[in-house]
Amino acid sequence: MSTRAKEADVVVIGLGAGGGTAVLPLARAGLEVVGLEAGGRFSVRDFHADEIRNDIRNWLGRAKVNDEVPTQRRTAAEDSVPAIAPGRMMNAVGGTSIHWTCQSWRLMPWNFNQRSDTIRRYGAGALPAGSTLTDWPLDYEELEPYYDKVEFLHGVSGKAGNLSGVIDPSGNVFEGPRDREYPLPPLRRTGFTEFMADAARRLGWHPFAGPSAIRSQPYNGLNACEYHGFCTWGGCHVDAKGSTNLTAIPMAEKTRNLKIVEGARAIEITVDRDGKANGVRYLKGRKEHFQPAKAVLLAGYTYENTRLLLLSASSAFPNGLSNNHGQVGRHYLAHVRAGANGVIPGRRLNRFSGTASQWTAVDDWDSDFFDHTSLGFTGGGTMSATMEAKPIGAARTTPPSIPRWGSAWKAWLKENAISVASAATQINVAPYEDIFLDLDPTTKDPDGFPVVRVTNDLKENERRAALFVQGKCMDWLREAGASEVWPVAPSSPSVQTHAYGGTRMGDDPAVDVTDRWCFSHEVPNLGVLGASNFPTSGGRNPTETVMALAWRTADHLVDEWEAITG
Amino acid sequence: MQPYEGGGADSRALSRRDLLKRAGIVGVAAAAPTAAMAPEAAPVRPRERLEALTAAEAETVEAMVDRLIPSDASGPGAAEGRVTRYIDRALGGELAPLRASYSDGLAAVDAYAQSRFGDRFADLNEAQQDAVLTAMEQNVATGFAGGSRAFFELVREHCLQGMFGDPVHGGNEDFAGWDLIGFPGVKLSFGAAEQQMDVIVVPAHKSTADFPIFKGGRKGARDEH
Repeated sequence: MSTRAKEADVVVIGLGAGGGTAVLPLARAGLEVVGLEAGGRFSVRDFHADEIRNDIRNWLGRAKVNDEVPTQRRTAAEDSVPAIAPGRMMNAVGGTSIHWTCQSWRLMPWNFNQRSDTIRRYGAGALPAGSTLTDWPLDYEELEPYYDKVEFLHGVSGKAGNLSGVIDPSGNVFEGPRDREYPLPPLRRTGFTEFMADAARRLGWHPFAGPSAIRSQPYNGLNACEYHGFCTWGGCHVDAKGSTNLTAIPMAEKTRNLKIVEGARAIEITVDRDGKANGVRYLKGRKEHFQPAKAVLLAGYTYENTRLLLLSASSAFPNGLSNNHGQVGRHYLAHVRAGANGVIPGRRLNRFSGTASQWTAVDDWDSDFFDHTSLGFTGGGTMSATMEAKPIGAARTTPPSIPRWGSAWKAWLKENAISVASAATQINVAPYEDIFLDLDPTTKDPDGFPVVRVTNDLKENERRAALFVQGKCMDWLREAGASEVWPVAPSSPSVQTHAYGGTRMGDDPAVDVTDRWCFSHEVPNLGVLGASNFPTSGGRNPTETVMALAWRTADHLVDEWEAITG
Repeated sequence: MQPYEGGGADSRALSRRDLLKRAGIVGVAAAAPTAAMAPEAAPVRPRERLEALTAAEAETVEAMVDRLIPSDASGPGAAEGRVTRYIDRALGGELAPLRASYSDGLAAVDAYAQSRFGDRFADLNEAQQDAVLTAMEQNVATGFAGGSRAFFELVREHCLQGMFGDPVHGGNEDFAGWDLIGFPGVKLSFGAAEQQMDVIVVPAHKSTADFPIFKGGRKGARDEH
């Protein structure tokens, strides 16, 4: 037996970066919105400066995600195994926008047109073999106004490199044109970030202060950064991060049109006889509830969006909701990461403070900003050199030339840990025919529902791109003066926080789950928010794009309310 | 670069059991300090009851982490850092699902030590202990379900967590791990000068538990609503 609530105009499943953004334009338009959130409300008291609690145990994910980590395998011929999950999302009002690093990027214009641009410049033979690569159904210019809204909502800190086509070399000269300057200047530059910027300039590259959704100055009554050094995987102890629980969600609550249900674990999106979504079943504690609504916005993380659709089978959708074309879970992809470390002999780098959002970024080896002829891959990735080294992580960061334990290892750490520099990249990834998500046949969460199974392998295009940019990371460290440089191998496909696809957006219902507005092709009043819509990953962090797309989808729902819900 | 002085001769003056005793990790079964032990005894810390490990298991863990992060010329090691206390507490709490892996793994360590050197791991000499750990790391030590490397990596990871994690979890006693690598400790704010290169940041020697703003939060568990 379930408890039935009063019908809402819109029910939003998940109040993180996506759902937590979308509720603002919906509530402001006068729609009655119910937000179902698996977590509760956290405050600074919960945001301990503790690497074990945050980075290792993901304390902020205890309400749900820690219990439903996907399984993984390399190919469909293998059995799945529990994923080693170094990075996980979290549950709370505000979701993972609470513990994200806050590197707050717009994608590059090329990312929206990778397929057609690659064919035009290099020919169709340059497309990754076996990929299902498509262009995005929108271009950068269409999303620019929403990037702008998000940046001014949170007070993003950065320096424009392209103001309406006018290039400013003190910002990112490669970025797409933006309508106006960032609301706040970049976060504090440090000795190390400037040291790495100088080295990049000597190499002829174009370094810049990477954009951050951590406020460099007080903004609209919100606090500025104190640089304490426990930002990633933890919430901010002074509420200086771009988290939706500090901005869009309270602003939406102020309208009295948003009701939040904490501790609500969605288990099914239901449909009526016409195949339209009509509500959400959820568990709160052990008790089942039903929230009817005229429109449903699914705003879980990438894995959960696919999972909940596949769990929501009905007579109209026997293989899962919005899956009559068999595309839910397809076109999955995850960032490939690589990089290098190096010792700057005798120098105290003092990276044991601040935020990883205080960083020097280099985009010279991303997208198509360099000639790929005869390189054997398309794309690349942004490179970064950041602050916020933490002690356990530092103890793991030793070169292969020394033992991994014992007196020699310990003496090396004592001598060099303060002098270790790192440069890292995240590689733009294409979707492939044989990489996908589905439900694991045996592993279940504590409520008895199957977890997601990830089938993913490192493909040649991405391996080559990762090794190429990894080489640039090594060049960068050597130029900075590193005496010993060692690579960090391209990451194997893993369950992680930069995962994409499964409900790919596009114009073709045969291969895309959602349309150009991120509404289902098959269920017109079901919208999907999040990176599960992304056709490609881009070579940089996804969150600002998630927020921008969510805002746009919510605006579309408001503008087309009658057509979508009628 | 400072020349590396391997071996840590000064630590050889202390027996393993002395180190154990200093670290307060001797199990309930190990006798209380006796008069015979008293003369060379450094300050003996108050001894906690073990929360998860048996006394024999704790001795094996202590002997392992003592070789992974030795007390030597470069400073205090896992014994002073109370790494075994961290592991014991974790296995009684957050890492309880790994308790059985520890029982099996530690038994396998002792069985392998016995088969190769004729004694349990904790009673081998340091060269023999290092040989066992090396064989485990290289995945050639026999008798481990799932391979010896997996258990080696598990203990090594928890050893790093205990030595370099926040002291609130039972390890990193007196900030031994943080001082080793130059981590300044928890501070609520860092100034611009402290983020310059080559500046010596004065160690705060503070744990997250030392700050009232981090008290009184949620429990955070599933169904806590």
